[in-house]
Amino acid sequence: MRVELRNITKRFGPVAANKGVNLTIEPGEVLGLLGENGAGKSTLMNVLCGLYSPSEGEIVIDGNTVEFDGPGDAIRAGIGMVHQHFMLVPVFTVAENVVLGVEPVGRADHLDLATARAEVERLSEDYGLAVDPDAIIETLPVGVQQRVEIIKVLYRAADVLILDEPTAVLTPQEVDEFFQIVRSLCDAGKAIVFITHKLNEILDISDRIAVIRRGEIVGSGDPKKLTRPELAEMMVGHPVDFEVARAPFAPGGVILDVKGLTVLRSDGAVAVDDLSLQVRSGEIVGIAGVQGNGQSALIEALAGLTRPVSGQVLFDGQDITFASPRERHRMGIAHIPEDRQRAGLIGTFSVAENMVLDSYYGPPYAGGASIDWARVHTEAADIAEQFDVRTPSVRSDAAHLSGGNQQKLIVARELSRDTRFVIAGQPTRGLDVGSIAYIHSRLVAARDEGDGLLIVSSELDEIMAVSDRILVMFKGRIVAEYAPHETPVDKATIGLAMAGAAA
Amino acid sequence: MTSATEGRLLGRSQIEDLFIVPAFALVAALVIGAGVMLATGVTFSTIGQSYVALLRGSVGSVNAVSETLTAALPLVLAGLGLALGFRAGLFNIGAEGQIIMGGLAAVVAGVALGDLPAIFALPGALFAGALAGALYASIAGWLKAATGAHEVISTIMLNLISYRLLDYLLRTPLIQKEGRADPISKSVPDAAELPKLLTFIDINLRLHAGIFLTLAMVFVAYWLLFRSKLGFEFRASGENPVAARVAGMNAGLTIVLAMAIAGALAGLAGANQTLGVLDRATPGFSAGIGFDAIAVALLGRSHPVGVLFAGLLFGALEAGGRQMQVDAGVSIDLIGIIQSLVIVFIAAPLLMKTIFPWGFRRSDAP
Repeated sequence: MRVELRNITKRFGPVAANKGVNLTIEPGEVLGLLGENGAGKSTLMNVLCGLYSPSEGEIVIDGNTVEFDGPGDAIRAGIGMVHQHFMLVPVFTVAENVVLGVEPVGRADHLDLATARAEVERLSEDYGLAVDPDAIIETLPVGVQQRVEIIKVLYRAADVLILDEPTAVLTPQEVDEFFQIVRSLCDAGKAIVFITHKLNEILDISDRIAVIRRGEIVGSGDPKKLTRPELAEMMVGHPVDFEVARAPFAPGGVILDVKGLTVLRSDGAVAVDDLSLQVRSGEIVGIAGVQGNGQSALIEALAGLTRPVSGQVLFDGQDITFASPRERHRMGIAHIPEDRQRAGLIGTFSVAENMVLDSYYGPPYAGGASIDWARVHTEAADIAEQFDVRTPSVRSDAAHLSGGNQQKLIVARELSRDTRFVIAGQPTRGLDVGSIAYIHSRLVAARDEGDGLLIVSSELDEIMAVSDRILVMFKGRIVAEYAPHETPVDKATIGLAMAGAAA
Repeated sequence: MTSATEGRLLGRSQIEDLFIVPAFALVAALVIGAGVMLATGVTFSTIGQSYVALLRGSVGSVNAVSETLTAALPLVLAGLGLALGFRAGLFNIGAEGQIIMGGLAAVVAGVALGDLPAIFALPGALFAGALAGALYASIAGWLKAATGAHEVISTIMLNLISYRLLDYLLRTPLIQKEGRADPISKSVPDAAELPKLLTFIDINLRLHAGIFLTLAMVFVAYWLLFRSKLGFEFRASGENPVAARVAGMNAGLTIVLAMAIAGALAGLAGANQTLGVLDRATPGFSAGIGFDAIAVALLGRSHPVGVLFAGLLFGALEAGGRQMQVDAGVSIDLIGIIQSLVIVFIAAPLLMKTIFPWGFRRSDAP
């Protein structure tokens, strides 16, 4: 099935999210759609899968112009989307999830699960997906849940599969497996649209690349002839510097000393298991690991949000195991939380209010019981400018900023004051290359000024780009340690450790 | 709401929220109220007559305005407390119980301080009312902070307890009026009363000095919510408790303080009634004010200025409703229906914007 988008324009009020987009999707081909957050990738795909109707232009399938009145029409026409956030019922089995909404029924509306199971098994086999139809969703790893989403789309007889940021939740090994699946789908004649902002992946998997910026296709080409810097420049509109300039590695004394730390999850399971680590001043320690291996619990314990059940945390020699978040803040510990929407920002508060969210209580913002809002506004405007937070005004709601600017806002809040130690969880998750480069440069600048940094990330590229020392966390423990500035280390080695090979 | 940080009291969209939506809601409610009267066999002329009476009884004379204000004061005071709680993410249903405890404590303190000059007796009695309300509300706050008990459940239970506690206390020798067998408190001595303000015009005008207290509290609540550190913590915890905690705010303390301040304001509403209107405490003196105040707080969009106007509207409906009953013989229950309809329509601003498209700035598509 060959799908053409002809001259698609989508307007929301006066704003055009897509302008005159022409795009062809060929069977048996992976089309990589690259663009920053907010570039209009999602709008375009929502037009294609029937959620929005275009303001201008047309969708042509195999030479016939079609009009979709809702996603149901698109699915019937053979266009299916795998969303970034899975839409699965956690307590149902794989087969039940796959048939949900289009259940095969026998007499008297009897649910024919046997047919459903057989169908899932057939699809799973045909495309090498290896999924057990009887497994309960919530017991499956994320990578397998994603395959269930793909089976769901295939079960609905889709010939065009739109994959929205599919690798965001996967480990490097899972990404390799996932790419094999994508290839086998292609070989079977399916057309794939692979949406991402990750340059390496799009170069690896695509047969053809289209780059979208500010709603327009600004370039396209053959991945064999394009390089990372070229793509990045097309994507953001100006050259991007990937190498973060950093001062020579000259660490000071130990600033953070974690000894035998054990932290439990809320359900009582061990999340962090007798873990010890040290961070020195002027050093970035990166913790690599697949999500769910205790990294979140470690960050929360270090930020004072959960009480460890045993072990000790020393900051500059002082015991802070049970210190409150506010006490830690006062000591110069900055915390960039993992989940910026939930824990880092208050969306309905203004940029200025968010800028002082953890420092409103003392000088220069407050004396006595009241907050000096005039002062807050001038300072916040200064800081926003220093940290390149692009906002119409510091009075705008934080929720209206793009993801990259929201994260810059948090980084600005945490790093604009005098810090000695920085804990950062997933500091660039879901951000565009421009913002990633900027935030990395800020983190490295903090290191160069003599701060100790502990960065937790499930993006191995990120860990490797910024860290002076790399620790791998697996099942609550540190299972491997690398010092790239002494002996270079490659991605595959760390990837194996992340999968538990070194344990 | 960002009005405080925008450096002006109210922005355009807030004016829509606070005034235009309620105004249209009132119109819609009155129209449907007329429909209800028609359906129950009331004639057109009586309906007309009753709405004239509603207007006359609420703003038609000095006495009407005095009654409207008198009815509005406790609603505004308790509504301010509830609004603060809502802003902090606490759905406090307990204003009724807090009013009872505050009103009773104010009577007890007023009686005890009755021999002192008014300059000590009245503030003392008011303070006792606020303190009692604060302590009573803090129970629910503490239960939530310490054990996670949901404040909706615990405040409802505390309301039930307060009714019976009031009945019991009104029969104890310290509180019960001498020589009476029924549950009724001693009368509040003159020195502890909120003085009537308009008796120079007519001895029967009930408006009292509680109006100054109420206006002061509107200002205090506004300052607290939008200018103070504590209010910032309340709003942050209400909007996003996780982010507030990560930012180092003490969740438990915020909950207890927000409940205590809400209770203090409800307690003042109780004191306002016993010291300003009733001169004593009797069973059921709270008269559902604590529940109406929930509607007032919601109607006022949990904004102190909005609460003031919402309270005035409800006061006017109450005072006008009495006149309606007298003039047209329409049941006062109808006012309850109209009040409820106003709330329903305000809870659906989109519906209002659909029915009354003019009056709203054209909103841009997403």
